[in-house]
Amino acid sequence: MSEMLTKPVKRRDFLGIVTIGTFAVAMAAALAGILRFFRPTVFSELSKKYKIGKPGGFPLGEVRVPPGRSVYVFHDESGFYAISSRCTHLGCIVKRGHDEFLCPCHGSRFKLNGDVISGAATRALDWYDVSMAPDGQLVVDEGKKVKKGTVFFA
Amino acid sequence: MASFKTFIEDVKRVPSEFMESLFRHGPPETDRTRSEAVFHNLFLHIHPVRVHRWSLKSTLTLGLGVMSTASFVILTATGILLMLYYKPSTILAYDSIKDIHFVVPTGRFMRNMHRWGAHLMVIAVLFHMARVFFTASYKSARRFNWVIGLMLFILTLMLSFTGYLLPWDQVAYWAITICANIAQSPRELTDALHITGFFDPGGLTKTILLGGNEVGEDALIRFNMLHCILLPLVISFFMGIHFWRIRKDGGLARPEDADDKLGPLPDGEKPDFTQAPQKTYGLMAFVRGSSPVVGKGPEHTVPAWPHLFYAELAVFMISFVIMLALSLLMDAPLKELANPLVPENPAKAPWYFLGLQELVSHSAFMGGIGVPVIALLGLFLIPYLDKEKTPEGIWFAGKGEKSVTVKSAVFGLTSVILIEMFTIRFGWLRDWMPGIPQLIAILVNPGSVLTLIYMLWSIRIFRQTGSMRLGAVAIFTCFLAGFLVLTVIAVQFRGPNWDFYWWPNLWPNH
Repeated sequence: MSEMLTKPVKRRDFLGIVTIGTFAVAMAAALAGILRFFRPTVFSELSKKYKIGKPGGFPLGEVRVPPGRSVYVFHDESGFYAISSRCTHLGCIVKRGHDEFLCPCHGSRFKLNGDVISGAATRALDWYDVSMAPDGQLVVDEGKKVKKGTVFFA
Repeated sequence: MASFKTFIEDVKRVPSEFMESLFRHGPPETDRTRSEAVFHNLFLHIHPVRVHRWSLKSTLTLGLGVMSTASFVILTATGILLMLYYKPSTILAYDSIKDIHFVVPTGRFMRNMHRWGAHLMVIAVLFHMARVFFTASYKSARRFNWVIGLMLFILTLMLSFTGYLLPWDQVAYWAITICANIAQSPRELTDALHITGFFDPGGLTKTILLGGNEVGEDALIRFNMLHCILLPLVISFFMGIHFWRIRKDGGLARPEDADDKLGPLPDGEKPDFTQAPQKTYGLMAFVRGSSPVVGKGPEHTVPAWPHLFYAELAVFMISFVIMLALSLLMDAPLKELANPLVPENPAKAPWYFLGLQELVSHSAFMGGIGVPVIALLGLFLIPYLDKEKTPEGIWFAGKGEKSVTVKSAVFGLTSVILIEMFTIRFGWLRDWMPGIPQLIAILVNPGSVLTLIYMLWSIRIFRQTGSMRLGAVAIFTCFLAGFLVLTVIAVQFRGPNWDFYWWPNLWPNH
């Protein structure tokens, strides 16, 4: 090994090494760029922002699950708010009991405001932004997480 | 000028000349032609020409390697057939599985064979690893082949898991959802360190795995490609290396005094080299160590044809019969169509992942990534740390191995049962201290505590005996015991909401 390092490189070897080296570097750079190929950019999924109807048809005290969504929308004295029903442990859908959310997969339990009570979940359930569309309907945006306690008052 | 008569003669000779050109040697009746048969054939030449009698002992190998291969062959055949009818799209997948099961002639049988083959392969590979470990067959020249074997183990699990999504039923959907979120679980750590905003390896892995944010069409297509194309190709490649290495490393591991242990050959089994004295078979490759032909006579080797081939064929037939019997007796299950809004309750993965699921129920990151990585790393390191000269190719042959194995099995079983009982009865950190810091809750969970206990036990054995091999035996046995108990708990005693039940008929029925 030491001999290999101290001996002067022959002219012919040098050219060979330079050729292969240049090619290898160029290929590595190209391949590194191509790695992006695997990262999805087209998402054939439902829109994360959707309407759930006018506040008038959503009486105080009702808890609504928009059809096809994993979200609980609450209406209490403070206003409207949306809490994700996707368990923060491993992505199962939590079920609402009378005063808690319970995950069927590994038994994580959450308070009705999303906080973890027990189980392997490490994070509170997400709160999503609730707003109002120009046509007067309530809009839930799952792409926009908000701080716990953020309430929309209509 | 060839006359018409010679033309007729030539035509008559075609069958025999064709056979001659195909095989290039006479019928395999002498040692010489048998050797030629093995040596000149692409498919047979991965075998040695002659094989040591020690390697043919069925109590040494239990045929587990061949059984893994046999299941892979049957899985490939049935898999290709299933692909004729299976349609990898979220709309059609479930119905096409139903078609295969209920309409396609012999479709149900194919699907059952594929399913039981997958189970048999996982069991065979797992047991094969255990047998190689407990017969100390991973040492010196065979170290790298142990690593290849480990790769094959991981690939086998990946193959079986990617296949799990394809039916697109409730079990499939929720098992993959859980798996994808395990892949995302490094986010628990990055969240606790508040760096997820700019460094999120968990989220990246999940989206790359699923081709999206949720389990959907793209996930199904990716899993289908992995299951049907990429993983089978890669595993075939590694299997080739694995087999090639066995030969190049001097055949299966056997003790140095194997010849004395076997005793004299029975009458009539003396190798006969007299039939073709013009040419003796030579060393066909550079083989290290005490191979049959280095410095020793070939007395204890027998021609691979027919001895090794009979043995392999026997194992192949046994594997086939096992699958056949299971396929005829028990149908592969199919649950309701996948429903992304309502999880299965309980949502259980296939049995060989349930030990992992039990760990995951304590902590997603440590159970799904931390502990498995530690275990795989440990398995990888074993042959590079344990370099002791102990007898190879014999079960529990080293000094004290039997007693350490028994002790470690008892210790491993006891500690995993105690920890699980404790957790089930009294809960864990967050139940006592709701405000506990995230990082501690992730890192200190029953699974990681168990791993730590096992490591300490192994270190204790190592310090007591001064033997690295015994330390390795201790931790390997402990992990096997832990895997067994966790699997049994998850299979039998976990019900809805992952609560503990003594028996499934105690589950609440609504």
